[in-house]
Amino acid sequence: MLQVNNIDVFYGNIQALHGVSLEVHEGEIVTLIGANGAGKSTLLKTLSGLLKPKSGDVMYLGNKISGKPAQTIVKAGMSHVPEGRRVFANLTVEENLDLGAYLRKDKDGIAKDLDHVYELFPRLLERKKQLSGTLSGGEQQMLAMGRALMAKPKLILMDEPSMGLAPLMVKAIFEIIKMVNAEGTTVLLVEQNAHMALSVAHRAYVLETGKIVLAGSAKELKESDEVRAAYLGGL
Amino acid sequence: MKKSKAFWAYLLIGIIIYAIVQFAMSSGMIGSYYSNMLITMCINVMLAVSLHIIIGITGQFSIGHAGFMAVGAYVSAIFTMKLELPFIAAIVAAGIIALLAGLLIGIPTLRLKGDYLAIATLGFAEIIRIVILNVDYVGGAAGMTVMRETTWSYAFFAMLLTIIVISNYTKSRHGRACIAIREDEIAADAMGINTTYYKVVAFGIGAFFAGIAGAIFAHNFYIIQPGTFGFLKSFDILIYVVLGGLGSLSGSVLAAVLLTAVSTYLAEFPETRMIIYSLVLILVMLYRPTGLLGTKEITDIFKFGKKGGKNV
Repeated sequence: MLQVNNIDVFYGNIQALHGVSLEVHEGEIVTLIGANGAGKSTLLKTLSGLLKPKSGDVMYLGNKISGKPAQTIVKAGMSHVPEGRRVFANLTVEENLDLGAYLRKDKDGIAKDLDHVYELFPRLLERKKQLSGTLSGGEQQMLAMGRALMAKPKLILMDEPSMGLAPLMVKAIFEIIKMVNAEGTTVLLVEQNAHMALSVAHRAYVLETGKIVLAGSAKELKESDEVRAAYLGGL
Repeated sequence: MKKSKAFWAYLLIGIIIYAIVQFAMSSGMIGSYYSNMLITMCINVMLAVSLHIIIGITGQFSIGHAGFMAVGAYVSAIFTMKLELPFIAAIVAAGIIALLAGLLIGIPTLRLKGDYLAIATLGFAEIIRIVILNVDYVGGAAGMTVMRETTWSYAFFAMLLTIIVISNYTKSRHGRACIAIREDEIAADAMGINTTYYKVVAFGIGAFFAGIAGAIFAHNFYIIQPGTFGFLKSFDILIYVVLGGLGSLSGSVLAAVLLTAVSTYLAEFPETRMIIYSLVLILVMLYRPTGLLGTKEITDIFKFGKKGGKNV
């Protein structure tokens, strides 16, 4: 479904990604783990068109999407839940969700998906007229996910959904990720919470200073000594 | 249906205000001093509302608005004085040329953010002023004499048109996209909103109406000089928008009306005028840091009143 071939990404003169390649197949949850500054968010931003790779390419559903503007990529069915949630704070919950469906024209489909998002996140329904800046961190994360789902993506990119959340909320968020995946949306998940990420994912990649250093099934990685030492607390 | 009803109701209120003032003017109840103040109010409201769409709605901090006003003023003056075309044609041309100037400036500068954008727009406004200053065709520093053609009707309907267009734009899908950019540009991008396009469009619309305001202004005072359109004028407009509440259209209108009234009355005390004016600004910012209306609209307050009435 998604194929990343040997991409190099720069911020000015500084190279953030060195020849990164990875693959995501339809129906999977793939996770990308790594420390701060490894390039995880950079990779997601490149996939969704917010950054352009200097070399290499990104293929999505058989089309080259690298270098295309973000709106083309969203239209093609890939949506991005940005790091730190980034909800539109002075708009209501419902207005935020409407903006998620910004590129869609099918009114009936949008209404149906709105109901579905409220089913997945009953908290958002309770607070639909509330300004989203007044929600708790966990609720904002739910809103950011709901907003991305409103674009009806085939592939959803999630950047650190557990960031800054209480353990119970982290668990709830991961349950929802599994549910979204079970409904047929492919998920590419970037996480620092390697333990949680590996427990829901099918496959995983480990990114270190801009390079993929390990890849395999989530189970294999969970048991590998390097990952245990570096990311799971060296048990 | 409900929305269009409210729209017609506000339009009706606007026309009633217009008719009352028009009647009072023609029967001599409002003298030339006050009618001049009312026309200035209309011009300042147009400037405030046209900057509101750029700063308040789209969140692009532009502080060179007087530059577009200058373009409108001089283009319209050339149309009426040099080419001897009717005033209405001059107004339209002023809007269009200012719009083009807005696009010309907006396309390269809107890649910048925050204070960088502010400095770039300020610089462009100064460039416009200096260019006008050095063109002898329009009188250079001495300025250009212009016939008086502006009447209360021209000023009021130009203002009404500005408010209608900008408030409808804000409520549309496009307006929502602009608000998303103001709230969070990266998230807006990730939602598939073409952020560059909407920023340029907002800039163009703002410049268009600032140009029209410039045309109305030019034909109100017999003479226009480049010095009038310096950065102090830009700041005046910025103050209306910030004082009214960033993001509130009715706030911009209210602030423009109030501050025009304050500065007209203070004209009688030229020595202390700027001191009192500054004190008013400081007091408002101390007690209403989000502006007079915050992000709310006057109509929201009325809605609350209605709901309360029903519950009782």
